[in-house]
Amino acid sequence: MSPLHIKKGSNSHSAYNLRPTFSDVQEKHTLAVLVDNEAGVLARVIGLFSARGYNIESLTVAEVDHVGGLSRITVVTTGTPQVIEQIKAQLGRIVPVHDVHDLTVEGPSVERELALLKVAGEGEKRVEALRLADIFRANVVDSTLHSFVFEITGTPEKIDAFADLMRPLGLLEVARTGVAALSRGTA
Amino acid sequence: MTRQMTGAKMVVQALKDQGVDTVFGYPGGAVLPIYDEIFQQNGIRHILVRHEQGAVHMAEGYARATGKVGVCLVTSGPGATNAVTGLTDALMDSIPIVVLTGQVPTFMIGSDAFQEADTVGITRSCTKHNWLVKDTEDLPHVMHEAFHVAASGRPGPVLVDIPKDVQFATGTYAAPKEVKLAHYAPKVKGDMEAITELVEAIEQAKRPVFYTGGGVINSGTGASQLLRELVDATGFPITSTLMGLGAYPASGDKWLGMLGMHGLYEANMAMHDCDLLINIGARFDDRITGRIDAFSPKSKKAHIDIDPSSINKVIRVDIPIVGDVGHVLEDMLKVWKARGRKTNKEALAKWWAQIEKWRAVDCLKFKQDGPTIKPQYALQRLEALTKGHDRYITTEVGQHQMWAAQFLGFEDPNRWMTSGGLGTMGYGLPASIGVQVAHPDALVINVAGEASWLMNMQEMGTAIQFRAPVKQFILNNERLGMVRQWQELLHGERYSHSWSEALPDFVKLAEAFGCKGIKCDDPADLDDAIMEMINYDGPVIFDCLVEKHENCFPMIPSGKAHNEMLLGEADTQGVIDAKGSVLV
Ligand SMILES: Cc1ncc(C[n+]2csc(CCOP(=O)(O)OP(=O)(O)O)c2C)c(N)n1
Ligand SMILES: [Mg+2]
Repeated sequence: MSPLHIKKGSNSHSAYNLRPTFSDVQEKHTLAVLVDNEAGVLARVIGLFSARGYNIESLTVAEVDHVGGLSRITVVTTGTPQVIEQIKAQLGRIVPVHDVHDLTVEGPSVERELALLKVAGEGEKRVEALRLADIFRANVVDSTLHSFVFEITGTPEKIDAFADLMRPLGLLEVARTGVAALSRGTA
Repeated sequence: MTRQMTGAKMVVQALKDQGVDTVFGYPGGAVLPIYDEIFQQNGIRHILVRHEQGAVHMAEGYARATGKVGVCLVTSGPGATNAVTGLTDALMDSIPIVVLTGQVPTFMIGSDAFQEADTVGITRSCTKHNWLVKDTEDLPHVMHEAFHVAASGRPGPVLVDIPKDVQFATGTYAAPKEVKLAHYAPKVKGDMEAITELVEAIEQAKRPVFYTGGGVINSGTGASQLLRELVDATGFPITSTLMGLGAYPASGDKWLGMLGMHGLYEANMAMHDCDLLINIGARFDDRITGRIDAFSPKSKKAHIDIDPSSINKVIRVDIPIVGDVGHVLEDMLKVWKARGRKTNKEALAKWWAQIEKWRAVDCLKFKQDGPTIKPQYALQRLEALTKGHDRYITTEVGQHQMWAAQFLGFEDPNRWMTSGGLGTMGYGLPASIGVQVAHPDALVINVAGEASWLMNMQEMGTAIQFRAPVKQFILNNERLGMVRQWQELLHGERYSHSWSEALPDFVKLAEAFGCKGIKCDDPADLDDAIMEMINYDGPVIFDCLVEKHENCFPMIPSGKAHNEMLLGEADTQGVIDAKGSVLV
């Protein structure tokens, strides 16, 4: 009865070929999200990422305006350009979200992270750790005869590099704050 | 005006100040103070449901049939968890409702108290927003904000969780005008540059089509009016999603019928072959697009939506316009008229000639022969016999729902309520009660499948108690018909658990509930039986025994493109491949 010539059992394309026209290059973006500092707001943001399958590379949150009751959430995420746009639009839909800024595309910005690293070692290794800490401008915030705790701030890449160097020298533990970021200039 | 009162009284006062006349609810320990206040007033009517899911679907039906916000009141713990399906349904279909839940007292939260549930946690992902009110002083503000958030922007369900001590404590009430609402204010005006770009595209289009959705209905009757004006003035064909039926009248000559998985041949072919696709308040749902990489391959695409996250979510569009449909249509019409009301008439005539050829395929044709009622025939007769009435239709979910969308014609918005995004079996019966409560004198019919209907059949008690003369028109195929259809197409005709056994005798069931039961299994008796249903002054359960193995066509199988529709049984052999069969 069909006036169509439907190919029976045709399987030339997968139905999962969902976004052929969208670029599939993965990009890393830093988003600054200004939110009302109310109960559950962080859960809403995190819940959005997990429910829709987005990545979180780093996340920091703290109140930044006590009078206005606003917190700033800084999220570093990765995804295709289309996914990044979706993340921003979805964040913008959350009722207590005031503003979403994509620092990666909205002009130059600075990013900093703080880390504490505990390194244990004796003799030559201990001296080498101190020497490298000096080069990286890391501070010693605790020391015993057998260990140091270094404090370092910088870009995530700098912290990665420092941690890599500390590993063979007796790195025991790392605590990182996640990225805080601001746009440069008066913008 | 500020007044001292208890939290419970504030709740009732806030509802009155928000213009609420009806609340669908079910009491329990954690909401007793509010029920006590409801007892002591007259302005708000409380409809006692039989299950909290029913309350939410009723509120949805009420909201869709009136354009107002629907309201529910349920208790903590099981009351709240029973509301979850309804909340999710309303979220998927953008229906504005406010659900008030009781909660254990603040000092017991977190102690696994009796009937404690983390209601805001559980419902965070199925509400547009929710609040746990820990202080009576915050209650008026949150109540008013709840209505604001539910109704503005892309509408949706919100929930306010109110601990029992907050209901008992006294605070200062503030009226809606006295509270400062939070910053939430979605953009309603579209960008004029983009609107002008769309008008230019309209002027040049050779094969245009309007693809409209529930957003037009949500934008209000004014938006439907503007849509009609635009369609009739441009002469462009128009199709709609399941959610958008009625925005443009089914009797209009530009109407192509519904599109999508079970949409009409002419609508889907027009979508596939068009050169300008104008999406107004729809969201490129997977039931609409079919295979994404073959979706409307030759068209320039415009998308008008109030929700920025809907744009470029699934389909990349060329002209995105973020704004309220009503506002954008108004501006579009203005610009188009100011520029001289141009369209490419010659090309349009050719396009319509092509569409007429597709129409001639008559994709909904079926043969009513033999002694068994075909479901399509039942709906055709229902349509014919109810046409002149002030009629509202709700549905359950399954084949009957798709046939209802295909065979019933909607002339106005807000007259068709169905569970689209979530596909919730059990939606239709309670929704019909919600609609009837809003429109006591109208003819409200739930087109149901026997399996779906059983899911919330307890609500017949509600219908009878509150004298809601809803008509339950059950297309009884003794099958989970839609499941069976997929098993036939995808699973080698192995009909695993897709039949309805041990069904009740629906006529006796009606009698047991105290309403009227009608059974019909002969095409020759059908008209009289339907008339009997319409003329009966009270609720009716109509058991319409239909052909058991009828399949719903046209059908775009999973993983196929719009121009690969199946039109009938003859097309179905081995048509869905392994990749298609993993899709839902
Ligand atoms: C709550 C829920 N459970 C399961 C399904 C899956 N489902 C979709 S249609 C259907 C069969 C519906 O049967 P019936 O109501 O008799 O309608 P018919 O298809 O026979 O017209 C089922 C089980 C659903 N949509 N909702
Ligand atoms: Mg059935």
